Amino acid sequence: MSDPTIFEMSSPGRIGARFPEPDVPLAELPQEFLRENLPMPELSEIDVIRHFTNLSRKNYAIDVGFYPLGSCTMKYNPRVNEEMARLPGFAHTHPLQPIETVQGNLAMMYELQEWLKEISGFKAVTLQPAAGAQGEFTGVMIIRAYHRSRGDLQRTKIIIPDSAHGTNPATSAMSGFEVVPVPTDADGNVDMAALRAVCDEHVAGLMLTNPNTLGLFDCNVKEVVDLIHNCGGLVYGDGANLNALLGIVRPGDLGFDVMHYNLHKTFSTPHGGGGPGSGPVGVTEALAEFLPGPIAGIVEEGDEEMAPLYGWVMPAKSIGRVKSFFGQFGMMVRAYTYISMYGPDGMRSIAEHAVLNANYLLARLRDTYKVAYDRVCMHEFVLEGHFADAPEIHALDIAKRLIDYNIHPPTNYFPLIVKEALMIEPTETESKQVLDQFAEVMVKIAEEARTSPELLKSAPHNTPVGRLDEVKAARDLVLCCWVPDKA
Amino acid sequence: MYIPHTDAEREAMLRTIGVKSLDELFQDVPAEFRFPKLDLPPALTEMEAVAQLQELAGANENTRDLVCFLGAGAYNHFIPAAVDSLLRRGEFFTAYTPYQPEVAQGTLQAIFEYQSLVANLTGMDVSNASHYDGATAAAEAAVLAYHHFRGKRGKIVLSPSLNPMFRATVRTYMDGYEGLVLTGDEASVDPFLTPEDLIPMVDQNTSMVAVQYPDFFGRVFDYTALAKAVHEAGALLVVAVNPTALGMLKAPGEFGADIVVGEGQPLGIPMSFGGPYLGLFATKNDFIRKIAGRLVGETVDAQGRRGYVLTLTAREQHIRREKATSNICTNQGLIALASAVYMSLLGKHGLRKVAELCYHKAHYAASRINQIEGYSLCANAPFFHEFVVCCPKPVSEINAHLLDHGILGGYDLSKDYPELSNHMLLAVTEMNSKEEIDMLCDVLAEVNHE
Repeated sequence: MSDPTIFEMSSPGRIGARFPEPDVPLAELPQEFLRENLPMPELSEIDVIRHFTNLSRKNYAIDVGFYPLGSCTMKYNPRVNEEMARLPGFAHTHPLQPIETVQGNLAMMYELQEWLKEISGFKAVTLQPAAGAQGEFTGVMIIRAYHRSRGDLQRTKIIIPDSAHGTNPATSAMSGFEVVPVPTDADGNVDMAALRAVCDEHVAGLMLTNPNTLGLFDCNVKEVVDLIHNCGGLVYGDGANLNALLGIVRPGDLGFDVMHYNLHKTFSTPHGGGGPGSGPVGVTEALAEFLPGPIAGIVEEGDEEMAPLYGWVMPAKSIGRVKSFFGQFGMMVRAYTYISMYGPDGMRSIAEHAVLNANYLLARLRDTYKVAYDRVCMHEFVLEGHFADAPEIHALDIAKRLIDYNIHPPTNYFPLIVKEALMIEPTETESKQVLDQFAEVMVKIAEEARTSPELLKSAPHNTPVGRLDEVKAARDLVLCCWVPDKA
Repeated sequence: MYIPHTDAEREAMLRTIGVKSLDELFQDVPAEFRFPKLDLPPALTEMEAVAQLQELAGANENTRDLVCFLGAGAYNHFIPAAVDSLLRRGEFFTAYTPYQPEVAQGTLQAIFEYQSLVANLTGMDVSNASHYDGATAAAEAAVLAYHHFRGKRGKIVLSPSLNPMFRATVRTYMDGYEGLVLTGDEASVDPFLTPEDLIPMVDQNTSMVAVQYPDFFGRVFDYTALAKAVHEAGALLVVAVNPTALGMLKAPGEFGADIVVGEGQPLGIPMSFGGPYLGLFATKNDFIRKIAGRLVGETVDAQGRRGYVLTLTAREQHIRREKATSNICTNQGLIALASAVYMSLLGKHGLRKVAELCYHKAHYAASRINQIEGYSLCANAPFFHEFVVCCPKPVSEINAHLLDHGILGGYDLSKDYPELSNHMLLAVTEMNSKEEIDMLCDVLAEVNHE
């Protein structure tokens, strides 16, 4: 049974939140500007609480169970982070307050920038980008600005391996670049011969996801980076998979020029059902002056007695602003809390256990499912969700059957270069017991695919709704509730 | 800290994998760069971390302690307790983007309702699932307009009274489009121009005109004549709104807006030093297939049960890759939820009530300030809850004084408009009592006499 919408629950005259009467003399209302109709619902507080509480119960979430969604790093979201972001000193500061009144915020942002630089080996960081996709856009616009500042206008191409995230080509295109794809070799690395063939004076840069979307660390990463640099291009690192590299290797040390971070993947800020994310960007010394700003900085040095004065600094050749104010500040508080609780050894431990968990699952599943590129993986790996002796079964069916076992499906049909891909990322916060249960369920589903395939085809069975008609959704396009006032 | 492995489990897992140590899993990483020593502070326990964060937060002065008359894009409003109570449900905040609709109906229906609420509030046909904030929503409107004319219209007109951060963000987003001209807000243009003054700038080469309602200076204009001129040129009218004002003011859909964008923060979102906020984005039906970002649509399952899915995904980057016109993946899911809860709680009556409270209190404040020697209202137009005051001294000087009295003064407009020195933009909301407004007036009078 579907829940009614808030518009269907509305009862004329009902009020859910009361406000005081004006304590000032009333002003004349501007009659010519007043709206006649405000078609909004009328509900009591308990109506609203019950409605959204019931909706929440129709969601799967990390708090409910295992969520091995590849490329998304669905690790536990610590509760203390939530409390810290809600401290009144953070939550109730206005972004345009004088800097003297927000030294705590600025010090926190400054320190977080320093930590992100240290973790990844970059020389400067902006916290402004709102999400990974915006961090990518920022990074590519910085590459563009760098070449243009040198009068090098012929660089119109961005090279993107086919094992990259889907956002990479879209980002390059929206920044005015032509996208040149390069294939993956038999071992899951960038195909060096193909890369060499497209490296010329028209290359602005390369967007490299490393570990790539197959979950593999590119064995030739240094050669790839050098090749691009030798033809005058810059290397962009897609930081979506940084969880595997914490304390293991710093992209800046490998020669990457610019990279975005996902605070909502690597640094445990919650995904929120699709945002808010946060996508800071780190760069080398040579690119620091192009960062979007303003950036938290020290505007007056401190000494033994006085703390420094933090303030705003605008990089000299900034590409400009990518959003209002300074970024997703509440997410920064959460990430700051998280990093401060792990420290340097903890960072490495995160990556080690994320990689341990992925390899453990890979070891337990490789006899049951075909592994696209079978070697030691990093934080995730990709299985093929099909069987020669059960031809009607697809990755989608396996994914939906997992829901019956109260497990969230892996990412499916991505990366595109693997047939019927099932992309599995367990993260470090899952225990051996959880992984064992998942492995057993995956083996069982593989058996069911042969013995009772209809169980997979008709899954899921215990959810509020079954598989939904997506064709109808796109064809009939109902994007708004039925509204009594408008009818 | 949040890693559950025991030593015995770790050993067992390594044996299953067939390696002797964790280090062995990292052989693909170049040895010379492997395992860098990170210079980070030592790990804290939760108790210690809380103390540290409390100290940082305590080093700020916040609007619970200060009296706030600062707005300019972020506003101090009352948020009913039920909003955060629902946001704290783990089923909402620890879920991912709803890629598996059978186990994400909660998020999907909530976004569908958010879309409906925003469409109704703005008077538009459809809303998307939200953008990052008002500024990026404005930038996505510019991208939409550019592609709507297949790049053949090379001019975008930005009103100088459109939020300066929105204009700056539009410029960054459009920088990759060669030959595109963004005009209307040059330093030579009078910042207080009226909508009619924009009409001569609109021509057959214009893809869109962007204005704000109420504008950055708080002024309320009827955009009917501008809309007519824009449409006669075949261009699109983009209106950036303050959603609080729409509780009482005519929806922009009524005077012909093609795209409505806006900063959704006033709808139950804490100011949180500038983010996370919420980008409102609503359009007429004509542009549905060109909207960037997520859309949730209603459909049915095989048994005919109503359900919701992400729809029109063929527009998106993970399918179209380099042919997509936007790379956006996420929306501001949880923040959109907060605003949906806020709008549902306040509803038809509460939204109107808050708007009127803001209006009356702001007008009381304005009329009192206008009577203080040395101060005057300097933008002559109807206004909603923000207004520009011409001051006898630089705004920074006045604000320093106000701060000594525990008052967070208005925005210094000379930061964005150099010619507007001594111009302060004040915001008044339902949070400001008469007593606070009177205190503001007393201190303003005092400053002038020093």
